[in-house]
Amino acid sequence: MYSYNEFDKDFIQNRVHQFRAQVERRVDGSLTEDEFKPLRLMNGLYLQLHAYMLRVAIPYGTLNGAKMRQLAFIADKWDKGYGHFTTRQNIQYNWPKLSDVPDMLQALADVDMHAIQTSGNCIRNVTADHFAGAAADEVEDPRPTAELLRQWSTDHPEFAFLGRKFKFAVTGSENDRAVIKAHDVGLRVVRNQTGEIGYEVIIGGGLGRTPMIGKVLREFLPRADLLPYCEAIMQVYNALGRRDNKYKARIKITVHENGIEKIKELVEERFIVQREAFGGYDQVLFADIKAAFAAPDYINAYTDGFEASVKTDPALRSFVDTNLSQHKKSDYAIVTISIKKHGQTPGDATSDQMRVMADLAEKYGHDELRISHEQNVILPHVHKSHIPAIYAELRKVELATANIGLISDIIACPGMDYCALATARSIPIAQQIATRFDELKLENDIGELKIKISGCINACGHHHVGHIGILGLDRAGVESYQITLGGDGTQTATIGKSAGRGFSYSEIVPAIERLVYAYLDIRQNTEETFLETYRRLGLEPFKAALYPETRIAAE
Amino acid sequence: MARAYTPKVLTANRLLEGDVIYYGTNDDWVLAHDEALYLTDEVQANDLLAAAHKQAGFLVGAYLADAILEDGKPVPTHFREDFRTRGPSNYDHGKQAEV
Repeated sequence: MYSYNEFDKDFIQNRVHQFRAQVERRVDGSLTEDEFKPLRLMNGLYLQLHAYMLRVAIPYGTLNGAKMRQLAFIADKWDKGYGHFTTRQNIQYNWPKLSDVPDMLQALADVDMHAIQTSGNCIRNVTADHFAGAAADEVEDPRPTAELLRQWSTDHPEFAFLGRKFKFAVTGSENDRAVIKAHDVGLRVVRNQTGEIGYEVIIGGGLGRTPMIGKVLREFLPRADLLPYCEAIMQVYNALGRRDNKYKARIKITVHENGIEKIKELVEERFIVQREAFGGYDQVLFADIKAAFAAPDYINAYTDGFEASVKTDPALRSFVDTNLSQHKKSDYAIVTISIKKHGQTPGDATSDQMRVMADLAEKYGHDELRISHEQNVILPHVHKSHIPAIYAELRKVELATANIGLISDIIACPGMDYCALATARSIPIAQQIATRFDELKLENDIGELKIKISGCINACGHHHVGHIGILGLDRAGVESYQITLGGDGTQTATIGKSAGRGFSYSEIVPAIERLVYAYLDIRQNTEETFLETYRRLGLEPFKAALYPETRIAAE
Repeated sequence: MARAYTPKVLTANRLLEGDVIYYGTNDDWVLAHDEALYLTDEVQANDLLAAAHKQAGFLVGAYLADAILEDGKPVPTHFREDFRTRGPSNYDHGKQAEV
C-alpha cells in the first residue's frame, strides 16, 4: 500500500493547523457562517439534520489495520461509537461537535488520513474496484492509477472551484465492480492488441436527477498520456460546463448538450497542448507508486483443513458460498465482510467491529482492508486455511452474515434520518426489507438481487443502477417511494426504468415482496436471476404484481 | 384577500454541537419542539428570524418552520420537521435520547 511521503504528511498536517485556526475564528466571530461554510466543506464537514457530519476520505477504499483502528478510536472518542461506510468508499461520522473536529482531523493525520476534497466542487476522492490487487479477472491493480490521480488532483489550483463536483473511478478488470460508467470519468485498465497497457476512458456518466451512462471518449489511451489527457478533460469541462444552473453543471450534461464527438475533438485538441507540459516526471512517480502496491508476500500452506471444515460446518459453507470471491491465487480468497446484518443499518460498523476487522487484517490478511461502494468491508488477501478462524471471529461480533449479493445486501444512503438534503428515509426501508426476507427464509432461493435505496433525487444510494431501485420522495408532505427496475451498475450498465406510481412508507415493503414473489413465479429456472428475468420479460409482469388493482380493473 | 399566515416556530442548529434548537417562550433557545414559541404573527416571526441571523456565534441556519397547535403545544406539520424533533429512527441517538 502507498505510504505518505514527507510532502503528503506536511500537506495534511498544515491543513489540520489551518482548519483549527478557521474553527477558532468562526467561534470567536471573526468569520461569518457564509465565510466559514466553504472552508468546512473543503475539509469534509457538513451540517446535517441533527448534528455535524465529518466525511473522511478512504482513497480508493484501501486501508490497513492501523487506520481502521484509528477510525474506531475516533468513533469512540468524538462520536457515538460507530461510523457509516458510504457508497463513495468513505466513512462518515454523524455526531461530531464543531470544536472537536480539529482534534479528529489531527487523529486522522496521525495515520495519514484526512477529509480533504470529500466535499465541494472539486475532484473528489478517487474510487476503485474494491477487489483491486486481488481479483482473478484483473489486467492490473487499478490503485496505482487511482493514487496518481489523487496526487495530481489534490489541491490542484485549476480544479479547486469547478462548476460542480467531479468524480473519478478506476477499475482494472473487464468485470466492473467500481461502477465506472456512472462517474464523471471512468477509467478501465486495458491491454491493446500489442499487449501494451493503457486505459479505456469513459466520460459523462452519472446518477442524480439526470442519470446517464458514460460514453467512451478514448478506446485506448497509452499509460503515459493519462494525466495530460485527464487535465485536458478537466479544462474542457471547466471552460464549457454550465455554471448558470446547478442541476445542469455536471459533465454528463456538458457531454449530452455538446455531443461526445464535439467533446472528443476539444479534448484531443487540448491534450496536444497539455502533453507538452508534462515532462515525463509523472511516469517516474507512477513507477514509484506502483512499487508501493506490490503484491503481499503470499504464504504457502495446505488448504485441506479449510476444505474439510466447509464440508462439516453448514454455517461456514453458507458463508463461503456467499461471501468469498475468486482470488488470483488459487489457494487464496477474497473475503467480503457484510456490514448488513439483517435489520441493521447498511454500512454502519461499531468501533468494536472495526477493531476486530483491523485485527483480522493484521493477523490473516496481509494487513489490507478495503471498503466497497456497496458498503461492505473486504479482506482482499486471505489464505484459505485461515477462513474458518476468520469466520469464527466475525461471528463473535455479528459480522458473519452470509448475504453478499443477496436481497438483504442493500445499499442505502443515510436518507432523512441524517441527511439535510434527503426527501424521505432510506435506512428503515432497508432494515425492514432485510428483516422481512430473513423471516421468509427466501433469501438464498431468490439469489442475486441488488436493491439500492436513495432518500432523494441526488441518488447517493445508486437506485438507478439497482436491479430494484427505490427512490424516496416528498409527495405533498408525505414520504413516497418510487420503484425502478432493471438497473445495472456493472460493465453492462443500465439505468432502471420507473415501474409506475410511488408507494407510501407502509406500502413499500409489501410492494417489494409482491415484486419478488412475481419473480419467483415467472423465472425460467432457479438459475435465472432477477435481472435476467426482467431482461427477458420486461416491466409488464412486474408492474402487474406491483399494482394488482390495475390488473383487476382491466379484467 | 390576503392568505392567512401559516403559524411557525423558529428553529436553527447550535453552532458548536450542531443539534436542533427552537426559539422558546422566554426569549431563549430550547431543545424541545413543544417548548417553542408558537408564532402566529408574520411580522414578529420575521423580526425574530432576522434577530436570530445576528446570533452567528451561537447558532447556524435559522429558519421558520410550519407548525400547528395541539393540546396547546406546537407540533410540526411536515415529517422532516417531525424527525428533527427526535433524531434518527435507526438508533436512540440525538434528541430522543437526551430530552
